[in-house]
Amino acid sequence: MRDTVARPPSRLRGFLSFLRRDLRAALALGVLVLLLVVAVLAPWLSPYAPTTQNVSNMLAEPSAAHWLGTDDLGRDILSRLIYGAPASLFASFLAVSIAVAIGVPIGLAAGYFGGWVDDLISRAIDTLLSFPAIVLAIAVTSALGVGLTNGMIAVGIVFSPQLARLARARTLVVRSELYVDAARCFGASSRHILWRHVLPNAIQPVIVQVTLLLAAALLAEASLSFLGLGIQPPNPSWGAMLARAYQTMEVAPEQMYPPGLAILVTALAFNALGESLRVALDPTLKK
Amino acid sequence: MGSHGALKVVGRRLLQAAPVIVLATFIVFALLKLLPGDVAVTLAGDNASEERIAEIRRVYGLDRPFLAQYGAWLWNALHFDLSRSLLSGEQVLTSILRCFPNTLLIVGMALTLALATGIPLGVAAATRPDSFIDRTVMAIASLGIAVPNFWLAMILVSVFALKWNLFPATGTTAFSKSPTDAIYHATLPALALAAGGMAEVARQVRGSLLDILSSQHVRTLHAKGLSPQIILWKHGLKNVGVNLLTVTSLLANRMLAATVVVEAVFAIPGMGNLIVHAAIQRDFPVVQGVVLAMVIVVILVNLIADLLCAVVDPRVGR
Repeated sequence: MRDTVARPPSRLRGFLSFLRRDLRAALALGVLVLLLVVAVLAPWLSPYAPTTQNVSNMLAEPSAAHWLGTDDLGRDILSRLIYGAPASLFASFLAVSIAVAIGVPIGLAAGYFGGWVDDLISRAIDTLLSFPAIVLAIAVTSALGVGLTNGMIAVGIVFSPQLARLARARTLVVRSELYVDAARCFGASSRHILWRHVLPNAIQPVIVQVTLLLAAALLAEASLSFLGLGIQPPNPSWGAMLARAYQTMEVAPEQMYPPGLAILVTALAFNALGESLRVALDPTLKK
Repeated sequence: MGSHGALKVVGRRLLQAAPVIVLATFIVFALLKLLPGDVAVTLAGDNASEERIAEIRRVYGLDRPFLAQYGAWLWNALHFDLSRSLLSGEQVLTSILRCFPNTLLIVGMALTLALATGIPLGVAAATRPDSFIDRTVMAIASLGIAVPNFWLAMILVSVFALKWNLFPATGTTAFSKSPTDAIYHATLPALALAAGGMAEVARQVRGSLLDILSSQHVRTLHAKGLSPQIILWKHGLKNVGVNLLTVTSLLANRMLAATVVVEAVFAIPGMGNLIVHAAIQRDFPVVQGVVLAMVIVVILVNLIADLLCAVVDPRVGR
């Protein structure tokens, strides 16, 4: 969304009118911007350090001092929730960036060059698509060692074929357009054609998919951290907080609600924005 | 059409499946071998002598070249020998056969629930577009897709198991021992898994039904004076079928992966628990075996879906 703002004014105006027309998208974008601000300002916004323990004040009810109470080690839940935002968002952006970096060039190459290149890549795409994502992420973390970065690299790899497939399909369409033929006749290099003509035309469905994948990556981070394969204690992420809440579920079931709701609202916002962008960017789609 | 088209699909898909299985297991095998650290040293335990470590290397074939190791693993796998767990010494195939039924029961129940609730919701939404019902269904679907299933699982445990004592919080019973008890134990996990599936089914049914109901040939049927009920049941839902098959196979695959986390919440000894514990303890033969089993199941599910599609829609088989 940020790069849309940096584009020429006409695009910006188009984007603003899109938000004005689509209340859902505006709301979703508002939530995500707010979240980004919270993530960046976490050290200044959070009332306590996220890892400060206070064993004399464990599993406290919400109070003026601790708005959301404390966890089983007496840590302030609101502070951990705020510090969990950058961890969870970083994890999703990392996974999706890796998916884009791998998937889009591969998809462009497959669609543009065709022939045996396409055959080989398409087969590799089929293989990766038959992997249950989280299972591969678990296998990779067992090889590279547990940790948030390793897990999200694995998730990024598993997501990349979805983008490769999209980019390939769009490239196939664009490649046979008249203006691409014209460019080729004028002696334009493959790199020039891919960069100037194919990519800009293939990028819209990719943007939509990226927004939806951010939600999926957020859920994947939460799952991996919940299993103890993602972020390591005492660092907070929303998934890790849920893992802690699971341990104390019998005595303090309310502990699971703040991090769970944070994940739910963020995933909802990413999905809503993605759906709105899909409708806005695809003129053939009926509402 | 019929059997000939279907046979062609089976043959083609089986030919395609073989390299996919080899490639998938090769990727995982390579990843597991790339790791830093020596499995033999880990296995030998503390203060082991050099001779002991060398012996372990020889016994497990760890001193051979990488490709020879993979070749040996693949050859044995073709003979239903997935080697043994590094920790418990149990045959990996035995562990998988013990754990898989538990996972299968949950996924099967979740899939049934998702279809049983998702289809009516999708039909209700599509027959009255933009109505209150439609909006409610779509809102529920959005929630179902965005909710982390293990969080939903925790909420279900805390409300239905810990607070109201209606269902057991953890554990399983083998289906072969007591089917009713097994289903009773699998109900909450299946509910947690089904939410996302229900949402997806409702969306897809609504989408494809809306497409068909607004198509030219359905408009013609309206013009001919056919009742809306007959149009919906005879022409609408028949066409949703193929789409639904694809969604169902996609869901089965996704649920198979999602059980990994849900099984952890309910402490169910299924495939998920097997691979998570093996991954944490670096028990590679088990990780490798579970990945192989899951990829095979995914491919089988896709194959069955393709077959059914070929039966329902004769155009697919050609």
